[in-house]
Amino acid sequence: MHMADALIVPGTAAVMAAASAGAAAYSIYKVRRENDPAKVPVMGVMGAFVFAAQMINFTIPGTGSSGHLCGGLMLSAVLGPYAGFLTMIGVLLVQCLFFADGGLLALGCNIWNMAFYGCFVGALLIWKSIMKNGASKKRITLASILGSVITLQMGAFSVCIETFVSGVSALPFKAFLAAMLPIHLAIGLVEGLITAAVLCFIHEARPELLWGIGTQERAPARLSLGKTLGIIAAAAAVVGGLLSLAASALPDGLEWALERVAGTAELPAAGGAYEAAGAVQKATSILPDYAFPGSESAAGTTVSGLAGALITALILIGIALALHFFRSRRRG
Amino acid sequence: MSRIGNAARNIGKLDELARRDTWLNRIHPLPKLLVTVLYLVLVVSFSPRQLTGVLGMAIYPFILFEFGDLSFTSALYRMRIILPVVCLVGVLNPIFDREPALTIFGVTVTGGVLTMLSLMVKGVLTVLATYLLIATTTVESVCGALRMLHIPGILVTEFLLICRYVSVLLSEADRMWQAYSMRAPGQRGVAAGAWGSMIGRLLLRSMDRAKALYQSMCLRGFRENSTLLPVKGLESKDLFYFASFTTTLILLRIFPVLELIGRLFV
Repeated sequence: MHMADALIVPGTAAVMAAASAGAAAYSIYKVRRENDPAKVPVMGVMGAFVFAAQMINFTIPGTGSSGHLCGGLMLSAVLGPYAGFLTMIGVLLVQCLFFADGGLLALGCNIWNMAFYGCFVGALLIWKSIMKNGASKKRITLASILGSVITLQMGAFSVCIETFVSGVSALPFKAFLAAMLPIHLAIGLVEGLITAAVLCFIHEARPELLWGIGTQERAPARLSLGKTLGIIAAAAAVVGGLLSLAASALPDGLEWALERVAGTAELPAAGGAYEAAGAVQKATSILPDYAFPGSESAAGTTVSGLAGALITALILIGIALALHFFRSRRRG
Repeated sequence: MSRIGNAARNIGKLDELARRDTWLNRIHPLPKLLVTVLYLVLVVSFSPRQLTGVLGMAIYPFILFEFGDLSFTSALYRMRIILPVVCLVGVLNPIFDREPALTIFGVTVTGGVLTMLSLMVKGVLTVLATYLLIATTTVESVCGALRMLHIPGILVTEFLLICRYVSVLLSEADRMWQAYSMRAPGQRGVAAGAWGSMIGRLLLRSMDRAKALYQSMCLRGFRENSTLLPVKGLESKDLFYFASFTTTLILLRIFPVLELIGRLFV
């Protein structure tokens, strides 16, 4: 689910970075309030643990294929959602810098899609709600599977929105969703089963390590389950309303694709989603497309442009060969 | 070599590259980080059909790879994870966007083909730029630059500790995997029955290791606000690097350089 830099525009990157920074600032405030000086080294080592655990492949029974762990929910079940979220930021940064798994500019998107949902929704809402009356093998399994499936679906949905508003793909939004959500449903299920297996083992071996188990937290929650569900329902209504506008304004993805392929119909450049996406793309285009006086094409892709690219490449290769030649002579 | 061993080897290789003494390695990490972010922003800011504009931005990594004595092959190898995803998104564009965009020697190129190529070039360039940063800057220096940008110490210290401990835990995971695979020859992954105990044990060991680490850090005088990162000041060469590359990149973004060069010949 890691997004590459190429899949977003600067505006999307900035909005998602701001959202993730807000969640990170709140998490730092909460972790500092816990006043546990051992927390930072534990977060560091646990981040390295998640990274190492992700490298181990797990055989998926009955399929012959294998999957691996993502770790957001597991980290939160051990460290708590706030420390877990901060640790996941570190893990995502390591993946981006050392393995090119996710872009540096898209880090805000990746933090939101994977860490935020996994830690805040998965742990704070789902895990904590299920565990409030104490932990058992069944509850851990239920919380892990529900948490993983729901948060991965939310993450995959966010990937589709972020790519769509960035306007990098001609794939219709509905078709993109139809491709992303079922795959991540299966991934979420496997992730949930692995997380459940590990957390059940921890519950048997060292139950005191698990976070949010009912008997440990007697303080009343700031938001009751009813209020939390109310907030989620209101948010869902708002998001659902916007999406229904998008769905009604855009024709069905396959119909649209067929019209485009057959060339018999023009896509109507009107409608809520189309205009909204257009407005977002316009607002996020930090530099206008250059239209040089006398340019053959305002789009910037011209025959002379491509010829220029070829000539520049030849010049640069020549310089590189010369540098190699002089370097090897100096070494020799 | 196993996947885990490969990951550990890659990290070690990058650390080795970053500790070399080349002209680019000696530049202060802060300008390098800022120029990299600016480059990424400028590359992705091109509209999907501006292929030659995006191609023009390739000049920056090409020049710095040469000056930094870095291998393109190693950088391209890193793209095996992210590039297929970018290609998968881009490869559908020619199907959905068949509007003719330009004609080259009688061959009509559609908008979809242009956007697909542009997306792929963007994918390659952004990965190259990030590689350029991390292959010429040590993790400690990157963390120092992040602190100079007032990123909270808790995040920076945590990131630094992940980087320091990731190879230790990778070798531990590798040993566990080797031991498991020797008892289960020919098996593709860890069987469902061992999922919990294998990762669970690694987790418990990691927690114990974290406690030991914290105690040893305290003995060496670590406090939450302690600085683990001695960062040197900016020198005139660093400012020159920042000013020259910022200007060049902005000029490359504003002016169609390749088109101008091409017009001299076509």
